[in-house]
Amino acid sequence: MKTIKIAAFVILIGLMSAFTYEKPGSGYQVGDIATDFSLKNVNSKNVSLSDFKDAKGFIVVFTCNHCPYAKAYEDRIMALDKKYKNLGYPVIAINPNNPAVQSEDSFDLMQKRAKEKGFTFPYLFDEGQKIYPQYGATKTPHVYVLQKTKAGNQVKYIGAIDDNYSDESAVKTRYVENAVNALLKNEDVPVKMTKAIGCSIKA
Amino acid sequence: MRKVIVWIYLIGLSSFAQQKKEAKVYQSNGIEVKSYDFDSFEHYLKYDDDTTYVINFWATWCVPCVKELPFFEEINKKYKNDKIKVILVSLDMPKKVETSLIPFLLKKKMTAEVVLLDDPDANSWIEKVDKDWSGAIPATYIYNKKGHAFFEKSFTFEELEKEILSLSNK
Repeated sequence: MKTIKIAAFVILIGLMSAFTYEKPGSGYQVGDIATDFSLKNVNSKNVSLSDFKDAKGFIVVFTCNHCPYAKAYEDRIMALDKKYKNLGYPVIAINPNNPAVQSEDSFDLMQKRAKEKGFTFPYLFDEGQKIYPQYGATKTPHVYVLQKTKAGNQVKYIGAIDDNYSDESAVKTRYVENAVNALLKNEDVPVKMTKAIGCSIKA
Repeated sequence: MRKVIVWIYLIGLSSFAQQKKEAKVYQSNGIEVKSYDFDSFEHYLKYDDDTTYVINFWATWCVPCVKELPFFEEINKKYKNDKIKVILVSLDMPKKVETSLIPFLLKKKMTAEVVLLDDPDANSWIEKVDKDWSGAIPATYIYNKKGHAFFEKSFTFEELEKEILSLSNK
């Protein structure tokens, strides 16, 4: 009888943990250490976070060519890079979409878009769609602010760039800027996680 | 005591009436689309009657959303007399309503109710729809007074029908 009880208990625990692991939206939480990668940039050279010896951290943005929300944020992503690259937090943009599903997000068109807009940051192609699931990105744009620590690049903020995609002049809270500003001052990030509407990632 | 309750009720009612903004209405070629901020939209998620509501969040620029729309249309027609109602919540940008959304609805001859949710501060309302929603679309919320279910995914017709019936037949 006792063994049956123990077996039932073990099965129950097993089931509970199975559900925990299968919960949608898995990926990094604030505080986790983010993986490095080696992904192809629009200049055809591979880029890794470890290449940036002097960086204090990174603004990793999952974005793409086709999504209207991503387009609405293009200039703001460029402004983030301009403002924070020299302060030690460069923008690293990654296109997570599979061009076989979303043809506008092909590598060729990424090169074209980067040239047209004059991107000042790496725009990397997540070939085979291997990196975005580890981060847990679900849509574009989706931002991860990382801080370099001894243990690795620690996730400090996940979510939206600011609180108004459609009208920059009506923005009240600049989530990413506030996060990086806090990190630069060795302070706690005020808002660590936000949600926004975006285009689902096409894998 | 009863008087106090009535007063509280009246005060609550009047402040509610003040808060509720009038929906903006777009009209063109016989098509009408009402536009809401989240507060004035929220009642669509809270009907308390015998109908099962299928709330689909989509946009004309969202390819997987557009692909599954015919299934929502079909459900709405097939179960018209069975207390199942589809409401299509467009997240198109307001400036695109007249140039993209309404022409799309005309071209596709859409018959289900379409409303526009225009509230750019999405972080303030995404979790009010469902705590598991990351904000990616397509997303679908199915509910009646007996239960609810949320899906951040694309549907086939069969999958959608199955999920709706499993809730409406409870």
